[in-house]
Parts: sequence; structure tokens; C-alpha cells
Amino acid sequence: MFSLRDKKLADEIILKLKKLDVKLKFMHVCGTHQDTLVKHGLSSLLKRCGIEISQGPGCPVCVTTPKEIEEILLLARSGKTVATFGDMINVPGKSESLQTIRAEGHDVKTVYGIEDAVTIAEKNKEKDVIFMAVGFETTAPTTASVLLKNPPDNFSILNCHRLIPPALKAIIEMGEIKIDGLIEPGHVSTIIGTKPYEFLSKDYKIPQVITGFEPLDLLMATWILSNQIKKGKAEVKNEYYRAVNKEGNLKAKDALEKVFETGDKKWRGFPVIPNSSLELRKKYQSYDAREKYQDMLKPLKNKEFKEPPGCKCGEVLRGLINSNECPLFGNKCTPDTPVGPCMVSIEGSCNIEYRYKN
Amino acid sequence: MCLAIPGKIVNIDKNKEYSLVDYGEGTKRKINVSLVDAKVGDYVLVHAGFAIQKIDEKEAKETLKLFREMLSSEEEN
Repeated sequence: MFSLRDKKLADEIILKLKKLDVKLKFMHVCGTHQDTLVKHGLSSLLKRCGIEISQGPGCPVCVTTPKEIEEILLLARSGKTVATFGDMINVPGKSESLQTIRAEGHDVKTVYGIEDAVTIAEKNKEKDVIFMAVGFETTAPTTASVLLKNPPDNFSILNCHRLIPPALKAIIEMGEIKIDGLIEPGHVSTIIGTKPYEFLSKDYKIPQVITGFEPLDLLMATWILSNQIKKGKAEVKNEYYRAVNKEGNLKAKDALEKVFETGDKKWRGFPVIPNSSLELRKKYQSYDAREKYQDMLKPLKNKEFKEPPGCKCGEVLRGLINSNECPLFGNKCTPDTPVGPCMVSIEGSCNIEYRYKN
Repeated sequence: MCLAIPGKIVNIDKNKEYSLVDYGEGTKRKINVSLVDAKVGDYVLVHAGFAIQKIDEKEAKETLKLFREMLSSEEEN
């Protein structure tokens, strides 16, 4: 449906990129972009045009912190029913994952979305059901929509929702790598629109392009960014205009505003990023598993958990190294034996690199 | 995680909350459409059981044409 495949046009873009004669480094923050880039061989093709593209902190499963994983494991071990997306199940904690404790008999369910978790709670009133709510602006409105409809009392969420623009600001301000342009995530942008990115171009003079997920979308995006740089411009362009408008999805934004307020949050591989999380407003705190089960979670309070020994997910998420530069990649760490979340999630750059290149 | 799949709305319930969406090739699924103002026949992007945005069918169909125009104009505005 709406696939954009046209080899002639792709060849034309590549030719134009070569003519521009640039040496640039772009960053995107979306696992689906990474999938398209690697699956269709665009990464290596673009490298030959002088353009390197790395995946930043754009995988919600990958940026969950080791502490968040320990929280959900503790709740499941304490007899709660835990429901979450398939990718979360295999993320390793300190010694176990949701998958391994499910094998021990704990109640862990894989769901397609939050509504499935609410259905489990409705049908099992004697159980306490906790949905591990991960995801960026694309997913958070689904959580907001459900909480606005007063789900049953035995339902709550372990809130791990995060926001993309503050993370982009953080990665620029950390200054560890030079980023010549940003490829912005199309589906996050369907919700937030184009405006929330504008400050990055204005304050940091970084060209940006909101981009779709077809190979031609990404080729066009690299051309649009390169063209901006050649002309000395730094603006937010919208290549994915078939689904993204300036204001975004007003209904979804209204639901987010009613249920959440922003807060500061740690991301895996990053320090605390100001204003980068969506925290439940007071009115909805009865659905906050951290409030509801604070006694149960007490052993984890003020504790910090390190990333697994040798795991370079932090550096991968900050765009400092490529997945295959991690010493564990492909030997100790594979999709069957993941050490870090970037190898678990199908949106993680290590998993994508392994799947298509091994 | 942020993966969203396009589908066409086949019907909508009277509360305008749920809809049957056709993903093509015979795959249909009930999804929540309360976050979008969509009607039967519209194309939507579906993520985690919710329609998150409508797709402009006309612009989607003309995307290749518009890409070509952008490239040939060299002005890309």
C-alpha cells in the first residue's frame, strides 16, 4: 500500500548526491529508518556518496534503563501480571529477563498494545495487571487514550514514555559527535507535527528533515539535507507530508496534555535528560504502578544499575560507534543470546545489523 | 516500536471508536480510531492497535511525481 519504488528515480538521487561532493554525518532516531537503510543497502550506497548515517537514541526498548527493567522484573516476581510489547520481554536485566522468569512460572504476557492489557485486567479481576508502557510520542497517545476511559482498578502502568526532541537537544549539547543534519522520525512527527523540531535548527543551526520509511523517502531526505547544507540553510523540511502536517494530530496531543506532564528522565547511555519524559498527572496517579506498589519497589529505591559488563549499547545509542564495533557483537551478543537491548529489539541497530548482514 | 502500517477503513462503529481496517491482501483487524477524524474509505496509519494519523491519499499517490519535481527544480523549498 503506497509503496514508493522507482529505481530510475533512486539512481537520479544518487547521481545528484555524488555531484554535490559532500562529506557529511547525519543522525536519525528511528529503528524503522535503520531497518530501511540496512535492509535495502542504502547505508553502504550513501557512504560511497560521502554520507554516513547513524542511529541515535531512537529505539524505545533500547533506551529503557537497567533500573526500569529491574522494576518490572521485581513486580512480576512479586506475583503481578505483567503485560508488554514482545521486544521488551527479552531485554536482559541484571540476571534475568521477563522471558526467563516467565519460564519459571511468573505471569508475563506479550500484547499488541495497551488495550489488550486492559482486556486482560477486565477478564481477570482477581489479578493486578501492569502494562510496561514504553514508547515515544507515537505510542504515548495510546496510553493516554486508555487512561482517559477509566480502566479497571486492577490495571496500572509502569510508565517509561519518553520524548524525542529533548533527547536530540541533549545529544547535540553533549557534543561528542559532529552531526551535520537530523533525519526526524516520521511516525513521532505524525503526532507532534513539525514545530517541536524548529528550535534545533534555530538554536544549533542544524538542518532537519521529517522522513517516511520507504527507501526513496530516505534517499530524498539525504538529498534534502545535503542540499540545505550546500546552500548554507538550517531549516525543518517535511518530506513525509503525506502523513505529517505542521500541527500534528490535535486529538492525540490533547489526550497527551490531559494525562501527562513533562519530567526529567535518565535514558540508557545518557545522563538525566531534562523534560524528556511524560509523567502521569496527579489525577491519573492511581494508575501509576510506581505509586501503587511503592512498598514492593522499595528495595530498588535510590539504587542505580549498571549496563551489562562489556555492553556498548550506550555508545551505540549516542552514535559514537557502529554496532559491529562492539567487541561482543556477533559472538557473545546475538539475537538468541542478547547482552544489551540494542541486540534484542527489532528496532535496535545491533539486531538490524546482525539480521541483515550475518 | 514506532512502526505504523497503512490500512483502509472498511467500517466504523456508531460511537466512532472502533473500526475494521483492511491492510490489503485479505488482512483485516479491529482498531481504535478515537484519535483521528476518519471516515469509511480513508487511509490511516495504525500503531499498537490505534490509528494515529490519516494518510493523504492524493499526496501519497502523487509522491513520486512531487519527488521528481523537487529534484528537477533544484530549488527544493
